[in-house]
Amino acid sequence: MMLSAALRVMLIAAALAAGCSGAPWNNPHPADEDGANILYTSFSERPKHLDPVQSYSENEYVLIANIYQPPLQYHYFKRPYELVPFAATEVPRAQLFDENGRRLPDSADAKLVAYSDYLIRIRPGILYQPHPALAQGAQGRYVYHDLKPGELSGIHAIGDFKATGTRELVAADYVHQIKRLAHPRLHSPIMQLMGEYIVGLKELAAELARADKATAKGGFLDLTRFDLAGAQAVDRYTYRIRVRGKYPQFVYWLAMPFFAPVPPESDRFYAQPGMAERNISLDWFPVGTGPYMLTVNNPNRQMVLERNPNYQGEVYPSEGEPGDAEAGLLGDAGKPLPFIDKVVFALEKEQIPYWNKFLQGYYDASGIASDTFDQAVQFTGQGDVTLSEEMQARGIRLQTSIATTVFYLGFNMLDPVVGGYGERARKLRHAISIAIDQEEMISIFRNGRGIAAQGPIPPGIFGYREGEDGINPYVYDWKDGAPRRKSVEYTKKLLAEAGYPHGRNAKTGEPLLLHLDTTGTGPDAKARLDWYAKQFEKIGVQLAVRPTDWNRFQEKIRKGNVQMYFLGWNADYPDPENFLFLLHGAQSKVKTSGENASNYENPEFDRLFERMKNMYNGPERQAIIDRMVEIARRDAPWVWSLFPKDYTLHHAWVRNRKPNQMANNGLKYQRIDPQLRSQRRREWNQPVLWPAVALLVAVGLSLLPAVRTYRRRERATASIDKA
Amino acid sequence: MIAYITRRLLYAIPILVGVNVLTFALFFVVNSPDDMARVHLGVKRVTPEAIQKWKEERGYDKPLLYNGAAAGGGRFIDTIFYEKSVRLFAFDFGRSDQGRDIGYDISTRMWPSLAIAVPVFLMGLAAYLTFALLMAFFRATYVDFWGVVACVAMMSISGLFYIIGGQYLVGKLLSIVPISGYDGGADAFRFLALPVIIGVVSGIGANTRWYRTIFLEEINKDYVRTARAKGLSEPRVLFRHVLQNAMIPILTGVVAVIPLLFMGSLIAESFFGIPGLGSYTIDAINSQDFAVVRAMVFLGSVLYIIGLICTDISYTLVDPRVRFE
Amino acid sequence: MSFKLEILWTDALIYLLLVVVALLVRHVRRHEHLMAPWRKVARSASGMAAATVLAFFVVIGLADSVHYRPAVEVRDGKTIYAVEVLSVFDKLTTKLRTQKAKTYSAPLATHRYAKETIELPDGLQVRDYPRLTYGGAHLADPATEWGPDIARRCLYGIAGGALIWLVVATLLCVVLARWDPADTGRMWRALRRGETEIPWRAILLTLAVVLAVGGPLVALAANYHVFGTDKVGQDVFYQALKSVRTGLVIGTLTTLVMLPFALALGVMAGYFKGWVDDVIQYLYTTLSSIPGVLLIAAAVLMMQVWIETHPELFDTVLARADLRLLFLCVILGITSWTGLARLLRGEALKLREMEYIQAAHAFAVPHFRILTRHILPNVMHIVLIAIVMDFSGLVLAEAVLSYVGVGVDPSTISFGTMINSARLEMAREPIVWWSLTAAFTFMLLLVLSANLFADAVRDAFDPRIRVGRSFRLAAQKA
Repeated sequence: MMLSAALRVMLIAAALAAGCSGAPWNNPHPADEDGANILYTSFSERPKHLDPVQSYSENEYVLIANIYQPPLQYHYFKRPYELVPFAATEVPRAQLFDENGRRLPDSADAKLVAYSDYLIRIRPGILYQPHPALAQGAQGRYVYHDLKPGELSGIHAIGDFKATGTRELVAADYVHQIKRLAHPRLHSPIMQLMGEYIVGLKELAAELARADKATAKGGFLDLTRFDLAGAQAVDRYTYRIRVRGKYPQFVYWLAMPFFAPVPPESDRFYAQPGMAERNISLDWFPVGTGPYMLTVNNPNRQMVLERNPNYQGEVYPSEGEPGDAEAGLLGDAGKPLPFIDKVVFALEKEQIPYWNKFLQGYYDASGIASDTFDQAVQFTGQGDVTLSEEMQARGIRLQTSIATTVFYLGFNMLDPVVGGYGERARKLRHAISIAIDQEEMISIFRNGRGIAAQGPIPPGIFGYREGEDGINPYVYDWKDGAPRRKSVEYTKKLLAEAGYPHGRNAKTGEPLLLHLDTTGTGPDAKARLDWYAKQFEKIGVQLAVRPTDWNRFQEKIRKGNVQMYFLGWNADYPDPENFLFLLHGAQSKVKTSGENASNYENPEFDRLFERMKNMYNGPERQAIIDRMVEIARRDAPWVWSLFPKDYTLHHAWVRNRKPNQMANNGLKYQRIDPQLRSQRRREWNQPVLWPAVALLVAVGLSLLPAVRTYRRRERATASIDKA
Repeated sequence: MIAYITRRLLYAIPILVGVNVLTFALFFVVNSPDDMARVHLGVKRVTPEAIQKWKEERGYDKPLLYNGAAAGGGRFIDTIFYEKSVRLFAFDFGRSDQGRDIGYDISTRMWPSLAIAVPVFLMGLAAYLTFALLMAFFRATYVDFWGVVACVAMMSISGLFYIIGGQYLVGKLLSIVPISGYDGGADAFRFLALPVIIGVVSGIGANTRWYRTIFLEEINKDYVRTARAKGLSEPRVLFRHVLQNAMIPILTGVVAVIPLLFMGSLIAESFFGIPGLGSYTIDAINSQDFAVVRAMVFLGSVLYIIGLICTDISYTLVDPRVRFE
Repeated sequence: MSFKLEILWTDALIYLLLVVVALLVRHVRRHEHLMAPWRKVARSASGMAAATVLAFFVVIGLADSVHYRPAVEVRDGKTIYAVEVLSVFDKLTTKLRTQKAKTYSAPLATHRYAKETIELPDGLQVRDYPRLTYGGAHLADPATEWGPDIARRCLYGIAGGALIWLVVATLLCVVLARWDPADTGRMWRALRRGETEIPWRAILLTLAVVLAVGGPLVALAANYHVFGTDKVGQDVFYQALKSVRTGLVIGTLTTLVMLPFALALGVMAGYFKGWVDDVIQYLYTTLSSIPGVLLIAAAVLMMQVWIETHPELFDTVLARADLRLLFLCVILGITSWTGLARLLRGEALKLREMEYIQAAHAFAVPHFRILTRHILPNVMHIVLIAIVMDFSGLVLAEAVLSYVGVGVDPSTISFGTMINSARLEMAREPIVWWSLTAAFTFMLLLVLSANLFADAVRDAFDPRIRVGRSFRLAAQKA
């Protein structure tokens, strides 16, 4: 009886789970979305800021790069990376002026340039997404700009407002956003940097800070009342940015959300009392002109981007890199963007469920985690990678690109043992650099997703050199057309010359013990640390690893209390300046709280850096960079570890994907085939029920003999009773 | 009765004060506000000014306990302790270090937690009692013996294995339910089935064995012997007399747990991607959001104390011999 | 001297625990009424079988608790010692510890788990499974020799195990025969039929099983990776064995460090009543009302900061990890002493009304004397039961805490860290199952035998006492 009841429960459960017949039971998405033009992807951590003046990390850009429309963007297909207009009509060129306001030629010496002007013209007719901040009533009054205290009850998200509105994008909106960089309550991460460059920004910040003190706590600070000399709207569609000196890298910033437009109305709207308490702010609900708009922002579960109905005027590019056309990437040339109606970002913190759902067809694209990689990818003889046959049979495609990121193990140059610029310390650092076998590291922990670094500049960035010219002669030899890591014997010799024969101090005989600080706490951390200890063991040096939480680690770096540490840097823009500045003496962490965590300081390097940073790319710049890289390699303030390779997988029903390290706004180019997807999902996810049934049957059967025993006992007592 | 409850509630106040002082000491000794600021401001280009501003905005720039600069009562009110700890008593959780309204977050994340915890609790209770009764019913047969063996074996397995194994088997190999995720409404069933089953199964060992000993203790009492002597059948003895009397220790044990169901389950929620209070807590620990952890600690203590009071009251309700003193 | 003893904090406490146990054993042996319940424990077949298995774990754990630093060279009459701290267990398993593969390999494998580009002597490159550096390296042609070699080694192992078993059994028989005057032959028959008072048959059977499994393991471990290797090529068998010590330390030292508090406060609350009782009750209600995991998380974070700010106190990695382990024990102790204190309070409340205590009062015996002479001895059985019952719950809790990230130091090998890193391997294809399986098996064995032994102890001392349940539940629920 129990058995049948259990079976019935299970059948009901099964019927409920399936919903309608034929649909897979394990579909994590709502059944009625099956066949819709929706892209499913994931996020692993709640974005901290969506306000374009504050947002400064990859996981936030994935969203807001599709929502906001800075003047420029990177070409989706072309390599090396090329800036193309986005909201602007063309890529602006700097006009150089001397201190008397006289126009200088483009080739003018950086010393003569007092300021540079960027004149940016935007396309007319661009409209904002529908948004309550822009909703206007009959007389042109804003509906939601004067809310009474009671009117916000029941409202927890931007979608709870009934009315929405839009208006045309104007140049003043861009100017407004630049002023917002100086807003005292927003503390933009690039304020410090831009304060050095944009004329009048620092003064504006000071003025705003004073004004902010005068306003009541939490009151509205109206930026439109203030003026910024360095950013002026010339007419309705044109504005000018004035930058101190010559700063050729400035145009790259114009492709970042920091310089996207924000309507002043949104600031007034969100500043109303009660909004911030309900988490309704620009940080949560952006107001943009881009192809998508954020309609659901529930960081506990999902975020949804929907097509901005007012977006128009951009078409699919018709040119690309050689090979793109053959790969079928240009087939949609000329069609209006975007293609996909809705993009669902689901919260997915654990790797395994994420990966499994991708394999089941419930996510359309996936990055590859190291541990699941073997299933996906095989190495061919040449060190390239291909997908495993099983994956290929499923129609999954693989794309790779080298990230504009560098990972390194830094030495603290202020440390008495590993630091310093003498021959002893240098040899010790070289020995360690050779001992840590990056190639093995990449193969074990990254499954080949990366290339060993030869210097600070990754491939794809101006200044990188390939082949024999590009190897680090202190660590590698060039043999048979490939770099070969120097031998362990040579390393031991170096170590002996540095005064540590067999890993022991030649004078005292004490074993050499080095400390490595890391922030590793993940499941992989232990294996990684063991591996590092093994590398040092090879040359007889003891390694003590000190795992720390992130803020302690930061503090130690800031105080210079580390010997060796791990860090990485993700490029802001594709220019060598953005990598070499990490070794600039003026950026020293201990002295100036900069980004140079090794506190490396070499006068010649610093001098060359000052010259290099204001130059346009060319042979002269290359020569200077070569010299700088050589100095850095000789001093070895870092163990040049690796440049990670990003691999992404996507299913056969996703089209037009190409990895682009600089652009995050690739969603609008992608297209999916929902029919194919539904069909595949059905094929791949047939539920297997017999084990559950078998288990229940087994449990039921095992009880039968007991029932019999019990009956016998009952009868026995009954008969005794009778007797 | 009302006087008793009032007294118990009053007694809870000093305990909550103690909890509050303890957590405050722990959290502000562990990490200075400077550290928190650095964690939250991100990695790139963080300046000391930005840290100062961050602290000002969240009220962490004040002195810890005593503000010499303020006047009158402000000396004690204008401090971190007052702002961050004393206000909890009014269930004013304030805003998380990331700027979210904690009270609102708790009120929305509570439901998914309950959606797992309540079924696990009810189905678990039913299953454990059934198994325990079965074992008591078939006592001194192989069912009882192997049942106990199975229980001891099952309670010797770490809960992590149940989750990892269940997810792998049911979610991946058999594709019966989604591997992880959550959805509101009727759809929630598909997502909750697996975590609920795993939750129930992982508790079978310890709980069944525990209820079995309670039943066996009861079975060996004199009144049961009398009932049998009267000629009552074994099922009748078991269900009418034993079960009823064993309910007293079972109920009182169970009542204490009910309020804590709100807190959710830390590991299961994060494994199955369920946006409940358990995963909220884990996230807060990992991202060092101290405001959230403080709020959860306080909430947990309140619920625990409510559980204690409920237990006392339920004693008096099920067992007339116990009187309020 | 070619080594220097290095006594870690947990080592010292383990030694202390041993001394305490030895003293207690001596004390118990002298008092017949204290011996009685222990005789009952000794009569429980499942309890004694579990104790046999536990004994093996304890031996491993103890061998892993004697640490030293080997000398590297002598210079100017001064001996220089290595930085690395080893344990006797490490020394015994040097091969397991040092023979690392490059990355994953399956149990008993001779080849790597994943294909790799191998350069042949003639310069050609092929993609194949490379041979392991150590695992099965003695085989010239693994394809044909592997099976027979494994079988042979298994046989040797079983034979060795059988030999040891026979020696032990014979010795036992002779000793028993001498002790309880009877001839050896009759003793042997009694043993075989399980007619002895102490269930020697069950013990010998367990021993036989352990030796039959352990023998081949030892025989194979020298030349193979019996449980495979992990991501960085470390032997999983070695890790599983190392985890035993961590588990034992957490399970025993936690109770040891919390015991003085629980005992003193619990007994005092019950004995003195009045305001002392109120204060102590307030203290433990407050502590126990904070959710355990949160309290532990906060405290572990604090401890990390302390370790960070006092790096000069720790000259080796091991010392750091060890102190963190000890701290974890202390923190777990703080969160779990309340249950025991509550029980002790109840018992003391009952005892203080006893006539002999009242009589002692009448004779104006000082409180301290009453507490130590009359109350304390009469609550010791509760303490004992609490210790054995808590053990398994604590071992399980360690795994969960390490998963949440507030457990042992990442460099400490423990069941928790093993599970945590093995978790991700489940998604690999083909699946890497051996790390998780090894952790599962060893953990199950340890906890299961601890549970069975604890049951035997509880049944012998006071079957109605239930302690440790709440804690175990908390660990499972978390």
